[in-house]
Amino acid sequence: MSSTPILQTLFPNIDDWGEIGRACIDTLLMLGGSLLLTGLIGLPLGVLLYLTGKGQLRPMPKLYAITSLLVNILRSVPFIILMIVLMPVTYFLVGTKLGIRGAIPPLVIGAAPFFARLVETALREVEQGVIEASQAMGASLWQIVRHVLLPEARGGLFAGITVTAIALVGYTAMGGAIGSGGLGDLAYRYGYLSYKSDYMLVTVALLIVLVQLLQMLGDRIVARYSRR
Amino acid sequence: MIRFVDVHKSYRVDRRDIPALQPFSLDIADGEVFGIIGLSGAGKSTLIRLINLLERPSGGKILVGDIEMTALAEPALREQRRRIGMIFQHFNLLASQTVADNVAFPMRLAGERNAATLRDRVNELLARVGLTAHADKYPSQLSGGQKQRVGIARALANRPSILLCDEATSALDPQTTASVLELLAEINRELKLTIVLITHEMDVVRRVCDRVAVLDAGVIVESGTVVDVFLHPQHATTKRFVNEALPEETAGEQTAFSQVQGRLLRLSFRGDTTLTPTLGRVARETGIDFNILAGRIDRIKHLPYGQLTLAMQGERVDAALVALREAGIEIEELNR
Repeated sequence: MSSTPILQTLFPNIDDWGEIGRACIDTLLMLGGSLLLTGLIGLPLGVLLYLTGKGQLRPMPKLYAITSLLVNILRSVPFIILMIVLMPVTYFLVGTKLGIRGAIPPLVIGAAPFFARLVETALREVEQGVIEASQAMGASLWQIVRHVLLPEARGGLFAGITVTAIALVGYTAMGGAIGSGGLGDLAYRYGYLSYKSDYMLVTVALLIVLVQLLQMLGDRIVARYSRR
Repeated sequence: MIRFVDVHKSYRVDRRDIPALQPFSLDIADGEVFGIIGLSGAGKSTLIRLINLLERPSGGKILVGDIEMTALAEPALREQRRRIGMIFQHFNLLASQTVADNVAFPMRLAGERNAATLRDRVNELLARVGLTAHADKYPSQLSGGQKQRVGIARALANRPSILLCDEATSALDPQTTASVLELLAEINRELKLTIVLITHEMDVVRRVCDRVAVLDAGVIVESGTVVDVFLHPQHATTKRFVNEALPEETAGEQTAFSQVQGRLLRLSFRGDTTLTPTLGRVARETGIDFNILAGRIDRIKHLPYGQLTLAMQGERVDAALVALREAGIEIEELNR
């Protein structure tokens, strides 16, 4: 892709816009992949936290305490440190510490506990009476989760996914610092290490646009599924 | 038949047992409308939830039909629960589902997958509760009375033999309450369904129940046919409930009564005696005089009843009382 004269005047240091395009795609791939896995791990984890909590459908104080502690530990480590600590695990899981593949394990391990808490909170918003009614109708625990809790909480669940996706955008950008690629990598290498502030400006602008789009999309889905 | 045998229930709070229901035994017959009345905290929510074991008793047995509910393992219990419908004060509908899907829900839980079967049954149920036009709406678009009708349709979906009503009209205005009670009475009549309802309003009991138990602080203090309990309340709590539905003489009137000449009597008529001119006939035959001080005529479910407070004078008052009692009128003496 060749740059136009206007772009050249505005951003004198950027000679390869294609690199920015590739970085965008990398960020989106990291985001998509990690969001999907975060959902797949965080949703059951959140359901487990909800069900085993005190006074809930299957109270199991010990299991709840252990799960809760694990979630809290993972959430209290700053992501940039978590990434470094997890490097051996990442290497074991995907065979590399770099690139998109190397970024996904720490992203998921960092975000899944966060999402699990949001799931737990969303499920607690479901009215106790509705759960009682379905018990009275002879619903099994699995039927209650599948047909009552998740559908009734879907507004809150989609809001949780939106918040998690936006947190993940931030995490992917941090991944740039340890060679995961994407917009964060660009901003870090050119914008910070090479003092090319126009790179910084463009990546920040792109990240803002990405976050805005995610929030708008999330809000629309939540509005569609909120029936109160 | 629903049968409670030596059932009691306490809750464990802060390592102490807080009794909710003192040991009791109770039988509820097939096809009757049985009311349980009590103030909040009396234990009536706990009692009704014992029937489908949403609450487990701390001791005793609960039988529904021939089945001992308290002895069932989880899967068998779920199976039995599908034969017991339940409606709630706050309706407890699925906000994310349409009216039709809410009504189909218990059938889907029971494993019904055939779309045509589900649709036909849902239409039939919605027609019964008068909501055919609202099938595709969401609960948030309905009024309270309509929501409770959806709740009733949902509770009937699996053709239960028992319907439990947990304060089903307490969140509704008086007119809506009347129409929902009418619907419950109709269901009881046409489907021969046993209805157990809990309420804190004696008026609800008077309108639909056949028998009633009065619950006070975890104890059934009185039970019997609604007519007996209504016309001759024994326990102080029962009297309070009855007076709400049927204002007794005020203190001022009581004082006025004490200045009246003659014997002060309360006559209770029920059923046919309400509709015959017995009092006039007896007065003519015995030559007594009476002065009506207070009175009312109303219905308990379908049974007309009346109560008259009157002062009676004359030489043959005793003979008149015998004649009235023979005609089926109950008499209480108020100033003896």
